[in-house]
Amino acid sequence: MSQEHIELFTKKAEAVSAIVKRIDKLNEAYAYAVDVCLNKNACQLLLSGCENAISDEASDLCEAKAADKVMAAPKLADDQYAELAKAAEKAGVKLIADGLRNHLAGIDIGFAVADLGLAETGSLVLDSSSEDLRLSTMVSEINVVVLPLSKLRASSYEAEAELLPMMQKAPNYLAFITGASRTADIERVLAIGVHGPLELHILLWEDA
Amino acid sequence: MQTAVKIEEYLQEVEESLGNEFQRKALDTFAVAYRTGRANAFAGMDVKGLVDEIAQAKDDGIRRMDELYNQFKQKAESMGVHVHLAETAEEANRIIARIAKDNDCKKVIKAKSMTAEETHLNTHLEAEGLKVVESDLGEWIIQMRGEGPSHMVMPAIHLSRFQVADLFAGVTKKEQDPDIPKLVKVARRELRKEYVEADMGISGSNFAVVETGTIGLVTNEGNARLATTLPRVHVALVGLEKLTPTLHDALRILRALPRNATGQQITSYVTWITGPNECKGAPDDKKVMHVVFLDNGRKKLAKDKDFAQILRCIRCGACANVCPVYRLVGGHKYGHVYIGAIGLIMTYFFHGKDKAKFLVQNCVNCGACKEVCAAGIDLPRLIKEIHAMIQDEDGHPAQSKLMGLVLKNRTLFHTLLKNMRWAQKPFAERDGQYIRHLPTVFMKDKDQDFRKLPTIADKAFRDEWKSIKPEVRNPTLRVALFSGCVQDFVYPEQMKAAVKIIASTGTVELDYPMKQSCCGLPVNMMGEKQAAVEVARQNVLAIDPSKYDYIMTMCASCASHLKHSYPKLLENDADLAPKVAQFADKVIDFSSFIHDVLQISSMKFNRSGKRIGYHAPCHLCRGLEVREAPREAINMAHDYVPTSEEEVCCGFGGSYSMKFPAISKTLLAKKMANLEAGDIAAVATDCPGCVMQIRGGMKASGKDIEVKHVAELLAERLR
Ligand code: SF4
Ligand code: SF4
Repeated sequence: MSQEHIELFTKKAEAVSAIVKRIDKLNEAYAYAVDVCLNKNACQLLLSGCENAISDEASDLCEAKAADKVMAAPKLADDQYAELAKAAEKAGVKLIADGLRNHLAGIDIGFAVADLGLAETGSLVLDSSSEDLRLSTMVSEINVVVLPLSKLRASSYEAEAELLPMMQKAPNYLAFITGASRTADIERVLAIGVHGPLELHILLWEDA
Repeated sequence: MQTAVKIEEYLQEVEESLGNEFQRKALDTFAVAYRTGRANAFAGMDVKGLVDEIAQAKDDGIRRMDELYNQFKQKAESMGVHVHLAETAEEANRIIARIAKDNDCKKVIKAKSMTAEETHLNTHLEAEGLKVVESDLGEWIIQMRGEGPSHMVMPAIHLSRFQVADLFAGVTKKEQDPDIPKLVKVARRELRKEYVEADMGISGSNFAVVETGTIGLVTNEGNARLATTLPRVHVALVGLEKLTPTLHDALRILRALPRNATGQQITSYVTWITGPNECKGAPDDKKVMHVVFLDNGRKKLAKDKDFAQILRCIRCGACANVCPVYRLVGGHKYGHVYIGAIGLIMTYFFHGKDKAKFLVQNCVNCGACKEVCAAGIDLPRLIKEIHAMIQDEDGHPAQSKLMGLVLKNRTLFHTLLKNMRWAQKPFAERDGQYIRHLPTVFMKDKDQDFRKLPTIADKAFRDEWKSIKPEVRNPTLRVALFSGCVQDFVYPEQMKAAVKIIASTGTVELDYPMKQSCCGLPVNMMGEKQAAVEVARQNVLAIDPSKYDYIMTMCASCASHLKHSYPKLLENDADLAPKVAQFADKVIDFSSFIHDVLQISSMKFNRSGKRIGYHAPCHLCRGLEVREAPREAINMAHDYVPTSEEEVCCGFGGSYSMKFPAISKTLLAKKMANLEAGDIAAVATDCPGCVMQIRGGMKASGKDIEVKHVAELLAERLR
């Protein structure tokens, strides 16, 4: 993968507030995700605003929250999941792979590996046909996504030949994700995390 | 939503809207920021090429609408999706209500969809006893306020954080801080609950990709992902024009859509749904998926030679972002459901004549929307066509009918103009340059006092021509002058200035064909298309293009009308067609002619050292895409000083400023403020209408900035 594309991807992703890091081995990704989880504020519902007196119903929900920090990593290969689980356990983070519907109030970290990257716009492409993956990339407060550099393409046009077969394998739910969830609907002021993640961390993995 | 029944009511509403300080400021700041944002987003890209490609691909899709629908249906059904075709808005709503009933759904969560706004889906579903919640933040806000969107991409752009805080306080029964990040958290919390409880998710669709049977959704918030994931039933409501043959077609539109909408390279989420996906909230772990295609006049429109192009629209909202009128009055007064330039047109086709008839008159025809359109739709022309169509159906107002009749008869028109010279005497100011107050038969003069209007000149240009026609022994070029009525009868000095400059080269034979008449733009603006056709024909016959190398006019509006509208107006006249093409081809504006063709040297002028600002007439900068020539021309004799928003309309628009004085006045005030801020001695422009407007405004407000035609400013420094 050309250096130029990596730089472009980084620039574009950072422009929409993504945090981009280079890693050599997948193990570094697990450590990174656990680290982000540990350093993150303890209240997993912070984003829902329970530190503010938003409404009585909202504060009820905050009290009902689980005490643990939760990380979700659906659709990881078995060996990868085992490695991540080891790292998580050591740090006292609860790792889950499914049943995301039971965590709709929010989880701390969603961990995933992207299927493609698009340099031109700094986008990640994730085959989200698994409902759990779809939810983990939406419900988590922070998303940590590994992008194998062998999967980085210049633009959506360049990726077309690979996107098409994914879409042809029905049913399919494909997502281009660029930066964190955001809105500018109130006075055009950019606000992050209106429905989905507040942060997106992209780990560029030198896999080749 | 546009509700007025009488034009007076509409004017009243427009004035009230103009008084909404917050909205105006918000739209204004956005309009300015948008311009830079968009330019950055497209930097280094071939935008014109992309727009052409989109237009071509969309046209192809529109032509094959039925075929594409059938293919999509077949493909999607083979994967287990239920596909419906609704002929009317009502039918679409019924189908969706039925799906809800059949699947025992009580609560609906919606992702933003203009198509659902078009059909008034919420009202229908609520009447059927369903609870419907919008999940897009802006849509949710306006839903709770019981309003329609005021922008296609930013539905709540007209509201302040304080209004939102008050609204949210009502929802949560708690006082809310008017702090935007906190308000967004309130929405996140409240809406998350709604997703969980909903049995049915309704989305629109930006693309329906035929080759894969895929629905494509473009959002920033990610609400569409949740709304299509959590509930067990998903219904996508899709306008038939969203069908695109291939994924490539969709990706191509995706390159333009976010960039043109808000200056983003891409939105946070683009979602492609192919077939009923896994849904653990459903009994068999599988989503129930329906796609409802909406016709509502689209099929008929697709066959219309002229209007089919509006189906190219990709709903980027850019045509509203740049519209000077939308910027002043906002979407609730510049649209019905769809807003901005495309909104005026869609309102007519999707919501009927009664909803559209005032809206279409409010367009000042500045062309900003056409220039920015991602799909290359000729919006201003289509708006005028609709204006004319409505008048044909409803009967023409006495005033515009009269104007049409008069203009069709050149001698009568010219006699009337000359007689006005005498009729206006009692109304003229002492120095005779401006009309003191206007005879009330023409208009309510109180509304017009934001600018002074000029009197008719003592001698028309055509009556002086014989005595000033330059003698040229060996001409290398033959040029016909087209004056237009304003320069002929009101500002002949502008024509004389141009003649003086051109004559100084000694190489051009100038001619002023006497049978020329008004270009016809004013009647076209008033919706009198037949009169416009008639006048166009007379002018083409009056100025035989084969006899000239150029047909030069110093009026930007005339120039662009002669060049671009004549071929359209006369397209049904087979005999005249070759002549019209030749005619249009030879039309040129003054600045381009002296700067690009004659390449007049700056040596011919005594530089003044005066700071001169420039106002770019809409019909020159966008109509003819002439941008450099006038500025460089000014710079030959003076110091051209750039000022802000040079290319934004001054609010003249011919009869427009008579009909919508409040808007014209506000546009003019902004224009003058921008010019004044440039600390200039004079303003140059190249359209007599703009001179009339800006000079009249400066005079009425006692400012001593001169306003002149580029030709005059050059002529006064000619060595
Ligand atoms: S021509 Fe100008 S005024 Fe009319 S809709 Fe387009 S941008 Fe608005
Ligand atoms: S008409 Fe053109 S500019 Fe307006 S919304 Fe449609 S595509 Fe965008």
